[in-house]
Amino acid sequence: MTVHVAWDESLARELIDERTGLEGAMLPILHALQERFGYVDSRAVAIVAQALNVSRAEVFGTISFYHDFKRQPPMGGTIKLCRAEACQARGAEDLVEHLEHEHGVEIDGGYQNGVKVETAYCLGNCALGPNALHDGEIYGKLDPQSLDELFALVARKAGARQ
Amino acid sequence: MTTRIYVPRDAAALSVGANAVAESFRREAEARGLSVEIVRNGSRGMFWLEPLVEVETAQGRVGYGPVAARDVPALLDAGMLEGGAHALSLGVIEQLDWMKRQQRLTFARIGVIDPLSLSDYCARDGLKGLKKALTLTREDVVDQVLKSGLRGRGGAGFPAGIKWKTVQGATADRKYVVCNADEGDSGTFADRMVFEGDPFMLIEGMAIAAYAVGATKGFIYLRSEYPHAADVMGQAIRLAEQAGFIGPDAFGRGKAFDLELRIGAGAYICGEETSLLESLEGKRALVRAKPPLPALSGLFGKPTLINNVLTLAAIPYILAEGAQAYADYGMGRSRGTLPVQLGGNVAHGGLIELAFGISLREVIEGFGGGTASGRPIRAVQVGGPLGAYLTERELDLPMDYETLAANHAMLGHGGIVVFDDSVDMAKMARFAFHFCAKESCGKCTPCRIGAVRGEETIDKIIAGRNVEANLALVRDLCDVMTAGSLCAHGGLTPMPVMSAIERFPEDFVPAERKTAAE
Ligand SMILES: Cc1cc2nc3c(=O)[nH]c(=O)nc-3n(C[C@H](O)[C@H](O)[C@H](O)COP(=O)(O)O)c2cc1C
Ligand code: SF4
Ligand code: FES
Repeated sequence: MTVHVAWDESLARELIDERTGLEGAMLPILHALQERFGYVDSRAVAIVAQALNVSRAEVFGTISFYHDFKRQPPMGGTIKLCRAEACQARGAEDLVEHLEHEHGVEIDGGYQNGVKVETAYCLGNCALGPNALHDGEIYGKLDPQSLDELFALVARKAGARQ
Repeated sequence: MTTRIYVPRDAAALSVGANAVAESFRREAEARGLSVEIVRNGSRGMFWLEPLVEVETAQGRVGYGPVAARDVPALLDAGMLEGGAHALSLGVIEQLDWMKRQQRLTFARIGVIDPLSLSDYCARDGLKGLKKALTLTREDVVDQVLKSGLRGRGGAGFPAGIKWKTVQGATADRKYVVCNADEGDSGTFADRMVFEGDPFMLIEGMAIAAYAVGATKGFIYLRSEYPHAADVMGQAIRLAEQAGFIGPDAFGRGKAFDLELRIGAGAYICGEETSLLESLEGKRALVRAKPPLPALSGLFGKPTLINNVLTLAAIPYILAEGAQAYADYGMGRSRGTLPVQLGGNVAHGGLIELAFGISLREVIEGFGGGTASGRPIRAVQVGGPLGAYLTERELDLPMDYETLAANHAMLGHGGIVVFDDSVDMAKMARFAFHFCAKESCGKCTPCRIGAVRGEETIDKIIAGRNVEANLALVRDLCDVMTAGSLCAHGGLTPMPVMSAIERFPEDFVPAERKTAAE
C-alpha cells in the first residue's frame, strides 16, 4: 500500500537532486515527488525550475498538462474507473450511475467517505471490463456488488490513515 | 519430483484474482506436502478463462480455468498435478482449437515462459535475432526489415524499413531509439501483454534497432495506467544489463546501448510520436509540426527511431528466421501477422495473432463466440477511439490496412470492440467528441474548440432540437476538423462520429420519432 509523507523541503531536494542528471529529468522528478508526497506541492515548482534551469512557468505548465499530477494533498484514496469504449460496451456507465445514486459520488469530483473516483480511458483489460485501478491493482469484471466492495475497501483504508 | 504449475501474472489474470489463486496453490501444496514450483507466466490471451492455470504433465501442459482460489483443494483432489479430469479442465492448451488456428510469431512465447527467465527465453529462440544481426552489416539488417514488409503497428502502418533507413542515413553525434508503449486506444492490450509476458523480446528488438540505426540510447515510454507492465519491464532491463546484451558493451568493441524505462502521466495524446518526444524531454506534450521528421530531428533534436511495441517486438523473429519467413504471411501490402485484440461485449475476448487478411466476422464470431450478453451484435469499432464504427453487415471485410481504408475505416493498433444492440450510437458519437476534447493537446483550434462544440451539438441532436440543422453542423465541423487539425487526434475524431451518423442514422432522429418507431 502506498504511504505518503507530509511536505518536507529537504526530502524534496534530495529526490530532485538524485534525478537532475537524467536526460529529460522533469517527468521522473515530478513522478518521484508525487509518489512520496501524494501530490506535487507548489513549493516544489521553484526548486525544480532551478535544478533544471527552466522557468517556473515551464514547470507549472508541465504539471498542469498531465492528468496524473495532483496539486493538492490527497484526502483519501482514489479509484480510477475506466470509461472508454470497450468498458462502456460492458456496462461501465451503469456503474457510474450506481456510484452516483448509491454513494453520492460525482466522478472526477471530490471525496466521498475518503474515496475519489476518477475517469480513466482504458486500463488495457478490455475483454474483462468494466475495470478499475486502485493503488496499483486492477479490478476486473466489476458489477455493482464488487464495486461496492472496492469502494468500501478504499474508504476503510482512508479511514485507517486518519 | 517437482511439478510445475503456471499461474499467470498478466494484469488481466490479476484483475480476476490470479494472485489469490497462486497463494492458494502455495498453501495447499505445502499443507499436503506436495512438491510444486509455481511459475508466474504471461497470459495465453484467453481472457475469459483467466485465471487460467496450467500444469506440466507427460501429455503436455494441461489447462484449468477460470480457477478461483476456492477451487484449488478440489482441483488437487481431482489429481490436477497429473492432468486429472475436473469440470474446469480444458485439456492440453496447445491442442485447443482456439490456439491451433492462430499464427503466433510475436506471441509464440507469451503465456508459455516465465517472462523474467533469460534461460527460458534463450531456450525458445530468444537472442537468436540479435546474434544474427550482429553478424550482419547495419545496412543488411535494415534490408531485412525492408524485405519483411513490416509496417508500423502503432496505427499509421508506415513501412518500418523505410523509417529505419532514414535514421540510419542521418549523421549525428547521438541517435535515439524510442519505443512507443503509450497504448492508449480502448480495446488494445497487446503491448501490455508483451511487457508482462515476454519483455526480453522487446528489449532484443530495440537492441537490434539501435545497432541498425547507430543509436546508443533507447527509451521506452510506457503509460502510467500499466503498473504491472512497468514492474516486469524494470526487472527485465536490469537482467538484460547484467547479461550484457544491453549496456556499455552491448554490441562488442565498447559499443554501448543503454535503455531506460520512462513512465507517462496519463495523457492520451502522448501516444502521438512528437507529443511523446516532447513529454520525454520533460515538457507539456504539445504535438510538433512535421517536418522535421523525428527520424531526422527527434528527441533533443537528434535523429530518432520511434516505433510501436509490436513493431519492435516483430524484429527478433524477422532477423532470426529471415525476412521472407515473415513476409510469407499476410495479404497484399499487409505482410506478416497482426496481434488482434478482441474486447468489449464479446464472449471470448482476448489476443489472437493471425496473418493479415482474416475477416472481422471470423474473429468476432469464430474466435470470439459472439457477444458476452448473448444479444445480437449491433456495432463494432475497429482501430481504437479514432477508428470507425462498422455495422454487423460489414463484418465480412478482411482485416488489412488497404481494405479497411477503402471502406472508410482503419485497422489502427488492431483493437476490435464489440457492442450489442443496447448501444446508442448517438451517445458513442458524443463520446468521441468528448474524448477528443478531454485529451486534446490544445495546440490547434479545430480540435481544441471543435470537439467541445461537437459534443454540444450532438447533445442538441439527442435532445431532439433542430436535428436536421444540427446534423448538418456536425458534418461541417467534421470537415473542418479533418482538414484543419495538426495531428490525427483532431483529424480522425470525425471517423467514429461520421461512421456512427452514416451507418446508424436511426439513432440520430428526434426522440419522439425514435420511440414511435419502437
Ligand atoms: C492521437 C494519437 C495517438 C497515438 N497513440 C499511439 C500509441 O498509443 N501507441 C503507438 O505506438 N502509436 C500511437 N500513435 C501513432 C504514433 O504517432 C506513431 O505513428 C507510431 O509511434 C510510429 O510507430 P510505428 O511506425 O511502429 O507504428 C498515435 C497517433 C496519434 C495521432
Ligand atoms: S489535432 Fe488536437 S491533439 Fe493534435 S495537435 Fe491539434 S490540438 Fe493537439
Ligand atoms: S476500455 Fe476499459 S480497460 Fe480498455
